[in-house]
Amino acid sequence: MNILLILPILIPFITGIILILAWNNQLGQKTLSVVGASLLLATGVGLLLSVWEDGIQVVQIGNWPAPFGITLVADLLSAIMVVLAGLMSTSVIIYSLTSMDPERESFGYHPLFHILLMGICGSFLTGDIFNLYVWFEVMLISSFVLVALGGEKAQLEGGIKYVTLNLISSAIFLVAVGILYGMVGTLNMADLANQLDNAKQPGLVTTLAILFMIAFGLKAAMFPLFFWLPSSYHTPPVAVSAIFSGLLTKVGVYTLIRAFTLLFVQDVEYTHTILLVASGLTMLTGVLGAAAQNEFRRILSFHIVSQIGYMVMGLALYTPLALAGSIFYIAHHIIVKTNLFLVSGVVHRLRGSYHLKQLGGMYHLYPMLAILFLIPAFSLAGIPPLSGFWAKFVLIKAGLQQGEYAIVATALVVSLLTIFSMTKIWGEVFWKPELESSEVTENPPLSSLLHLVLPVAALAAITVMIGLFSEPLFILSTRAAEQLLNREAYIQAVLGLGVQ
Amino acid sequence: MEVFLAILAGALYAAGLYMLMRRSIVKLIMGLSLLGHAANLLIFTVGRVTRANPPVIGHEADMLHAPFADPLPQALILTAIVIGFGVQAFAIVLVKRAYQTVGTDDFDQMRSTDRYEDELFK
Amino acid sequence: MRTSIILSTASRYLLPLMPLFSIFLLLRGHNEPGGGFVGGLVAAAAFALYAFAHNVKEARKALRVEPRRLIGVGLFIAVGSAALSVFNGKPFMTGLWYKEVPVLGKLGTPFLFDIGVYLVVVGVTLTIIFSLAEGE
Repeated sequence: MNILLILPILIPFITGIILILAWNNQLGQKTLSVVGASLLLATGVGLLLSVWEDGIQVVQIGNWPAPFGITLVADLLSAIMVVLAGLMSTSVIIYSLTSMDPERESFGYHPLFHILLMGICGSFLTGDIFNLYVWFEVMLISSFVLVALGGEKAQLEGGIKYVTLNLISSAIFLVAVGILYGMVGTLNMADLANQLDNAKQPGLVTTLAILFMIAFGLKAAMFPLFFWLPSSYHTPPVAVSAIFSGLLTKVGVYTLIRAFTLLFVQDVEYTHTILLVASGLTMLTGVLGAAAQNEFRRILSFHIVSQIGYMVMGLALYTPLALAGSIFYIAHHIIVKTNLFLVSGVVHRLRGSYHLKQLGGMYHLYPMLAILFLIPAFSLAGIPPLSGFWAKFVLIKAGLQQGEYAIVATALVVSLLTIFSMTKIWGEVFWKPELESSEVTENPPLSSLLHLVLPVAALAAITVMIGLFSEPLFILSTRAAEQLLNREAYIQAVLGLGVQ
Repeated sequence: MEVFLAILAGALYAAGLYMLMRRSIVKLIMGLSLLGHAANLLIFTVGRVTRANPPVIGHEADMLHAPFADPLPQALILTAIVIGFGVQAFAIVLVKRAYQTVGTDDFDQMRSTDRYEDELFK
Repeated sequence: MRTSIILSTASRYLLPLMPLFSIFLLLRGHNEPGGGFVGGLVAAAAFALYAFAHNVKEARKALRVEPRRLIGVGLFIAVGSAALSVFNGKPFMTGLWYKEVPVLGKLGTPFLFDIGVYLVVVGVTLTIIFSLAEGE
């Protein structure tokens, strides 16, 4: 068996436990938190290499044979997601060494962060649909606390909205799992894929597919289920916003991809068309919502919604190239979006505001920071040669191949509008002269905020690297997409090796 | 029996949704918990309600005698109940804190997260 | 806050009795109804009752350890029991059995896991109840 499959769950869990036991030791907590997150990154890379070399990896938990016990499965997509989770957690933890206030740290920021990571990695690796529900809940409960941690007014209000809509989604998910079990009598995803193909009531299968689409779509903030996201993501401290924006909705997208490539492909005509329409509307509403905003993080939150549309678009087109585009887009988006949130945090740290109208003159004072903003912002808009360009290029090419011109046109228009939003932030925060009424007098050099700037710079460097050398990531995404479309191999890997 | 349980689950859903759509946050919590119960009952019902032996292998036997009930739906429900217990405890704490901080239990008053700018520039 | 004298007297006697019963439930849990979760809830109920009858401070004193610490220790035991099989070259969470012991029953890693669950349940429940009651 492959220990690398369990480690991405065990490392955050054990880190979380030790952090709970070392509750009052702040320095110890910080150190351990960084160590835990970087270990996760390292195992993620190890897992990716091992899946790349030897194909899909499977572990039967508790040595129970496959359709009966819980199975952990890592294919390339899961492994890529684990690597990204490790990368994001490491950068955000380093960032929060300085940005997180001691108050929140003493109320369990670090343990919660790692429990959240455990839930995220568990969701990526599990091969059992009810187990997925449990990981979702682990992730949600810790994210609930992280949203509300600190207890500011906006946080509590945003928290209630976030909690309510996510609980509704969980309830729908749970019911869908229950009905699924009642229908085919199994919970193992590989076995489900087998059984659903020969199900006696194809109509019911499609109904279930839509139930799952609603449940996962809510988590992924897909149109028209995204309203919780822009009302809650800008309320917690920026490190929390950053990790949420990078990873949480992407877990929803990941499960959508998993469900609609492995389980529900009986009626592609119907389900994936719905996905395609929803993806177009998601892009459009997200970007239009952002255009009306004047708060840094709220603009970014609406852009998350808009970007989710692109990822779902690749899934909806359902060709190897489109799926590869989706995976490429997820990787690019996680890095870029987290980075933008982190930049907004640096600006807030320097100027005490997230509001565009109160900010200004940052380019004059901090040219380096301005460049660090421009890289992810241009990448988000899809300007060559940054990572976003290639991601969008692949998706649009896939759309043209399929003859879906409407979605291609939408994607292009939305790109333009994204540039508009990013230019707005650029103009208001960096370019326009500083307000005369500004009360901020000191301008500490960026080098004094090393913990804040280091992750931002590292992520920006990765964005540029992906842009300049997009070939390796593209090959990786293509192989991951081929693996996703080859359901037989997945089923074989899980059920074939079942009895050890 | 199934028909009765199905109607009951439907009634719970209706009640839960009705509560969710009220403006008070306390009713919201009740609505969420009713939704959870409805989901559990629904799983119980679709997991086939039968009159059968419990799925436990006795001391003398070494295998199960058919007909035996399927234990899995109940295991699912049990897990869901435990998770629901934790989530609801948290939701109650959150609502209480929100009530103390915001000073209202009316959803119509809780819109500062969406009207950030107006408040700032009044 | 006024509490009834019956409740406060009863809770004093129940405080040792209920945890004892909860341990019985924990041990019984392997083959019969019972187990760490139920046992933990019963034990937590004892302290919660004590907190209602007297006050949270007294209940914390009666518990002696921070509930949060119980969560940590419990999780640690649970993970440890699950990870033992990995060192034996078997998949994660495979049950390892030692042998039959008169009072305790069959000893093995699942039993350790149950102890972990018990502690976590006590810890979580009491953390929630205490913090809710203290916020009054």
